[in-house]
Amino acid sequence: MTAPLLDVRDLSISFQTDKEITEATKGVSFQINRGETLAIVGESGSGKSVTALALTRLLPEPPALYVKGSILWRGRDVLALRAEELRKIRGGEIAYIFQEPSTSLNPVYTIRNQIAEAIRLHRPEVKDIDTEIVKWLDAVGIVNPRQRMSDYPHQLSGGMQQRAMIAMALSCQPDLLVADEPTTALDVTIQAQILDQLRELRSKLGMAIILITHNFAIIRGLCDHVAVMFRGRIVEFGTAEEVLANPQHPYTKALIECIPKLGAGRERLHTIDYAAIERAL
Amino acid sequence: MFSYFLRRLFYTIPVVLGVMVITFVLFYMLQKPDTMARRMLGPKASPQAVENWIKQRGYDKPVFFNTQPGGNLFDSQFFIHLKSLATFDLGVSDATGQPVLERFKEGAIPSLSITLPAFFLGIVLAVSISLFLVYVRETKIDFAGTIFSVALMSIPVMVYVIFGQWFLAVLLKYFPAYGFNLEGFDMIRFLTLPILILVIGALGSDIRLYRAIFLEEVRNEYVRTAYAKGVSSGSVLLRHVLKNGMINIITLTVAALPMLILGSLVLETFFGIPGLGNMTLAAIQTSDFAVIRATTYVGTLLYLLGLLITDFCYAMVDPRIKLQ
Repeated sequence: MTAPLLDVRDLSISFQTDKEITEATKGVSFQINRGETLAIVGESGSGKSVTALALTRLLPEPPALYVKGSILWRGRDVLALRAEELRKIRGGEIAYIFQEPSTSLNPVYTIRNQIAEAIRLHRPEVKDIDTEIVKWLDAVGIVNPRQRMSDYPHQLSGGMQQRAMIAMALSCQPDLLVADEPTTALDVTIQAQILDQLRELRSKLGMAIILITHNFAIIRGLCDHVAVMFRGRIVEFGTAEEVLANPQHPYTKALIECIPKLGAGRERLHTIDYAAIERAL
Repeated sequence: MFSYFLRRLFYTIPVVLGVMVITFVLFYMLQKPDTMARRMLGPKASPQAVENWIKQRGYDKPVFFNTQPGGNLFDSQFFIHLKSLATFDLGVSDATGQPVLERFKEGAIPSLSITLPAFFLGIVLAVSISLFLVYVRETKIDFAGTIFSVALMSIPVMVYVIFGQWFLAVLLKYFPAYGFNLEGFDMIRFLTLPILILVIGALGSDIRLYRAIFLEEVRNEYVRTAYAKGVSSGSVLLRHVLKNGMINIITLTVAALPMLILGSLVLETFFGIPGLGNMTLAAIQTSDFAVIRATTYVGTLLYLLGLLITDFCYAMVDPRIKLQ
């Protein structure tokens, strides 16, 4: 068996302020292989975004502190890399898309300008950058890419902005795409379109994806594995079908129950009873 | 764009009128024409001379509206002066009888030769130092830089003036301590010290302000996106943060640009620079109402012009803003 693409081992991250130390993740371990899709599911503050950003050390240090553990990217420990080596991985090998497309893009530069910056950094061999940008904007389903690329972010709708973000992330042909709540800020129809787009691009490009979400409903049919995070720990890990069909951890069960079911008749929506989960732990 | 410009131009009319009324009222609360005349002519002037002085300058006319029977309603001090300001005639100095417009033309160049270089040098220095402090943020260098700028802004400008004149001019003899000459090499010798003091005097507070602006920008998500693309820390600041931060900085600085013409009151007096600042101070000391009125008027117009330029700069730098 070949080594995994990404191997996170026993990762603990704290945030240190003058007053206190907060543990964001406590001994998180998971692996992802080439072309696989992993969903990390959990609520706000469970440590899922921190884990995602830590993969290329994007957390501002200080206050973030890598207390213990390692992040092996193709066998090399990301936490031990020099700044220049890290910059090659960021964007070039591990690319990100974020939750809020309207604030994640720089408001004063055109879409073309921002994608070109990424391509120049990681693919200096590309001569005709504009053609390359058009190709990727087209690939993520932006109509009329040649005109759209001269737009500033505020001229695009939320869904279009997120597509532009995805195009920017993919334009450097990364091996791993980290999508941190990519559809949370979008309305439901756009959500579905973006997720379909991701699914299609994954099968076309063969990259691995880590999908961070608080919503179990969107991982069906997209993800191979699911890791459920609760209070800084991975409390359950398994294949998507397994976890969805037969959740083991009380928190996972509660999360799945929270998904409203269409046609379930008159029924109260479920909330998470933390006291019950803690009793069960 | 053009209709926006016209509309803004129209808005300036009530503002200028308001400023002129307030200046008029305030000045008459402090000075009666009688007092002005006696101060100009000296304590031994005859009542006849005082009356002549007042009549010559039109201070015997009604202040706002001429309600005397047979008189023109607008044959009053306020409207006569308003007319002279509106036509940019600006009238003559109460003290010297020199046309004020002439004095303005003479004084603008010396004032600008100090304030303009200081303005640009100040922006370049403050922006680069504050960007550097943001680059090394939350380190000891950043901390030291912040303390240094607080120290700079806590020292009154007078101290810089006196120290500069004593240390650099008198002791080291690098520059003349006083005087002004715009010819050839002399220009550099005479201008350097006042420019330096003007820059240093504003540097501390500017660094602190710009550092805060840039730090605010660094917290934005587009900065995280830039890092996630693999952009280096330096490029993130120079390409992404600088341009966004400049949008805020432009509002704060461009409005000051036209005011540079009026010069620095303190420095021009201390260095004997024959600029408009010096002129204004002299006018205040001698109660030269004609000059004060003209300076206030020109200052108001320049300030409004500055605000207009700011709006256009805004639209140029920030693609989200369109003037309509």
